Amino acid sequence: MSFDLSVILSYFPTLLLGAWLTVKLVIFSSIAGVCLAFPLGLGRSSPRLAVKALPWLFIFFFRGTPLLVQLFLVYYGLAQFDFVRTSILWPILRDPYWCALITMALNTGAYIAEILRGAIQAVPRGEIEAGISVGMSKSLVLRRIVLPRAIRIALPAYSNEVILMLKCSALASTITLLELTGTARTIIAKTYMPVEIFLVTGVFYLVISYCLVKIFQAAEWRLNRHRRANG
Amino acid sequence: MASDMNLHGFGPQLLAGAIVTLQLAMAALCVGLVLGILGALSKSSSVTPLRMLGNGYTTIIRGIPELLVVLVVYFGSSGALTAIAALFGHDAFVELDPFTAGTLALGLTFGAYATEVFRGALLTIPAGHIEAAQSLGLGRWRIFLRVILPQLWRIALPGLGNLFLVLLKDTSLISVIGLDELMRKSQIGTGFSKEPFTFFGVAALIYLGMTVITNGILILMERHANRGYRRAGT
Repeated sequence: MSFDLSVILSYFPTLLLGAWLTVKLVIFSSIAGVCLAFPLGLGRSSPRLAVKALPWLFIFFFRGTPLLVQLFLVYYGLAQFDFVRTSILWPILRDPYWCALITMALNTGAYIAEILRGAIQAVPRGEIEAGISVGMSKSLVLRRIVLPRAIRIALPAYSNEVILMLKCSALASTITLLELTGTARTIIAKTYMPVEIFLVTGVFYLVISYCLVKIFQAAEWRLNRHRRANG
Repeated sequence: MASDMNLHGFGPQLLAGAIVTLQLAMAALCVGLVLGILGALSKSSSVTPLRMLGNGYTTIIRGIPELLVVLVVYFGSSGALTAIAALFGHDAFVELDPFTAGTLALGLTFGAYATEVFRGALLTIPAGHIEAAQSLGLGRWRIFLRVILPQLWRIALPGLGNLFLVLLKDTSLISVIGLDELMRKSQIGTGFSKEPFTFFGVAALIYLGMTVITNGILILMERHANRGYRRAGT
């Protein structure tokens, strides 16, 4: 087994392009996931059955089935229905990039909603009661006390979820998308050098996840500055 | 979907795929549990090279996508195996079959995460227990089997259960290297019927069913593992 460095060098720019697509997928799906997670997480922690039933079902489905199945359901599955193919959404649902983004957002949204629910329940009761006792309305308590506290509690778990999303983005290569893993597979099909290319790809992923960890550490440091002030 | 649930006679095929999925998950679980315990022992070892090996293993495997691990094990191993075979005078091309490669890849992934679960559990076992065993004159191996392992199991079970649920879903990745498990069987059905939503929808429901049943079994197992504790606690 010989090791060929020139292959790595000649395909480095191509892999970099794939890495950029991976990063885009992760960032956009994580942001969209958060937007989804807020209504889902809030609905899920409601005491009323009618409110929490639908978020529960959504979370149950997306956490209980493999992402690959969800991806295939959206990308290949939706085309089965004529009304989807004739709708104005078809140019989006036909595009593997959008399908990957939508599926990843739905999937991570379900996981983040559970994280958020746990965080909302972890907000100390006394702080909520304090808010009510000074005459804050329900929505004001939610905005000023519950959510700011819950976000700080949820952040470490959320950073784990973003790293998981980075690894899930590799599945997008199965629906013809040329992100990092997809690019690597195409290059290997051309060069028959799996060891070299997979090695660089792995290093790319490790570097991206290292950067993500550092970004979240900085965010955590900044969000918790009030705790350091007199410590 | 409900009005159009015609599987074109592929139902038994999907069930056969689901059984392969379960076999794969159990095989990978066995590999992963062994790797996890070995990883945890080497990470908490006082021997520096062993600790570095454990750290390298968990950092790399947890940092790269599962799909990449699967592809590396399947496509990368054939080069290594052919080279090893050549050393022994075989000129043929050697490769792992998808089931073995899948078991190894998923086992490696499970093992890396299980290492952290076991390591956390190891830390919670009081030193006094081990000292008590030593004072009774038990050997290292005896202490591990009789004192550490039974407690490790109880403490690590919830974490391992979560990992197994992840593993169960990750088995779908092995369809990419051509193992006839549930996901690939649905793809074959789709190729015949041109009804992808029906087949992937049914596959999703089967995965959901497996998750729910596994969850139930895990709750029972946790209750069983904690039976001594509930009585003593209250």
